[in-house]
Amino acid sequence: MTSQEWKFTTKDIAEKPDLFLSGHRACAGCGPATVFRLIMKATRGPTIVTEATGCMEVVSSIYPYTSWAVPWLHTAFETAASNASGIEAALKIMKKKGRISQEHVDVIAFAGDGGTYDIGIQALSGAVERGHDFLFVLYDNEAYMNTGIQRSGGTPHGAATTTSPAGKVIPGKLEYKKPIADIMVAHEMPYVATASPYYWKDLITKVRKGLEVEGPAFLHVFAPCPRGWRSNPAKSIEYAKLAVETCVFPVWESVNGQCQLSTPSKLVALAPQKKKPVADYLQGQGRFRHMFKPQGKKLLEDVQRITDERWERLLKKCGETPKTA
Amino acid sequence: MTKQDKNWKEIAPAGVCSKSSIGFLTGDWKTYTPVRDPEKCTRCLLCVLFCPDGAIHWYPDKGDIEFDYSFCKGCGICANQCPTNAITMKLEQE
Repeated sequence: MTSQEWKFTTKDIAEKPDLFLSGHRACAGCGPATVFRLIMKATRGPTIVTEATGCMEVVSSIYPYTSWAVPWLHTAFETAASNASGIEAALKIMKKKGRISQEHVDVIAFAGDGGTYDIGIQALSGAVERGHDFLFVLYDNEAYMNTGIQRSGGTPHGAATTTSPAGKVIPGKLEYKKPIADIMVAHEMPYVATASPYYWKDLITKVRKGLEVEGPAFLHVFAPCPRGWRSNPAKSIEYAKLAVETCVFPVWESVNGQCQLSTPSKLVALAPQKKKPVADYLQGQGRFRHMFKPQGKKLLEDVQRITDERWERLLKKCGETPKTA
Repeated sequence: MTKQDKNWKEIAPAGVCSKSSIGFLTGDWKTYTPVRDPEKCTRCLLCVLFCPDGAIHWYPDKGDIEFDYSFCKGCGICANQCPTNAITMKLEQE
């Protein structure tokens, strides 16, 4: 059954047993935990998961408890992708020698933004270049939350973290968020997508598509972190929605280099008056608090400008004509 | 000294996690408890999908959902996302 034929309802997903189990020790309101549960519900059969060091690795495997109902392998911070390529190569040879009975085993590699943007990018780039058949999931909570909220390549411009504190000297992080999904598209890989947990149907379909393609697939999932973003835990999923509506994190997919907006972002592209100002998304998050003080006005305008620029560039790439509201 | 179940010769090699986290209850973390009004609830199941802890279960035979308070951390995502506002967060009482 391919993802085109696979029609599912909320009930189907709710009835599927959890493969990422309750009892993990993530903070209350953890966005990545929702992302992991949804992704594991989208799997189609025998699956092996490998995970780089990060928040979700720590909270799901505190000895002697594990939250994984599938074979799971922890690896070093930089090697999620090389571990996945090793597993895939081993499965291939074991199948050839008749040592495993399964028709096909899916391999999923999970890594956070630290393990992808900064530390893991060369292993990922190598694994993609070698063309191993695996799905790489980047859950992006926009800083090194596990070790105490240090800035990473995925931290957005102006966000206050413990290593880029907003104050008299600097107004939060000075650099811009690295466009990681574009870097992966440049690898000419078969499937690249970005997704947000609020649009869970979109997320689940993309996971299934990523598992189905022959060769590497990359999925960039937005994952709000109430602890690091200093936001209300109840609003984690709401921020995942606002990020798409304000075009801070547009959702799109690229199949064999053909870029295409996914429905939630397509709706914004078709009706530009629906595009919300970034302030709607930034407000309420403690890490952007300084932007709403009188001296932060310029920074806020700067963030709006860069968001609009990136959105227009994406529209052009997806073959949409930019419209003005 | 904490009570030890096994000595070093008996534990799994390389510290492999051997128990399911289902045995580790996180329900006592919460300050607020979600309370559902079954009249208002339309069984859209969004809370089941969005719960980070898998603490809301859907029982197809009963046609209803149930909260598992032994895992609920009281984050309030279910109450915030509920389209009919059927879930309210109540301060946990002793």
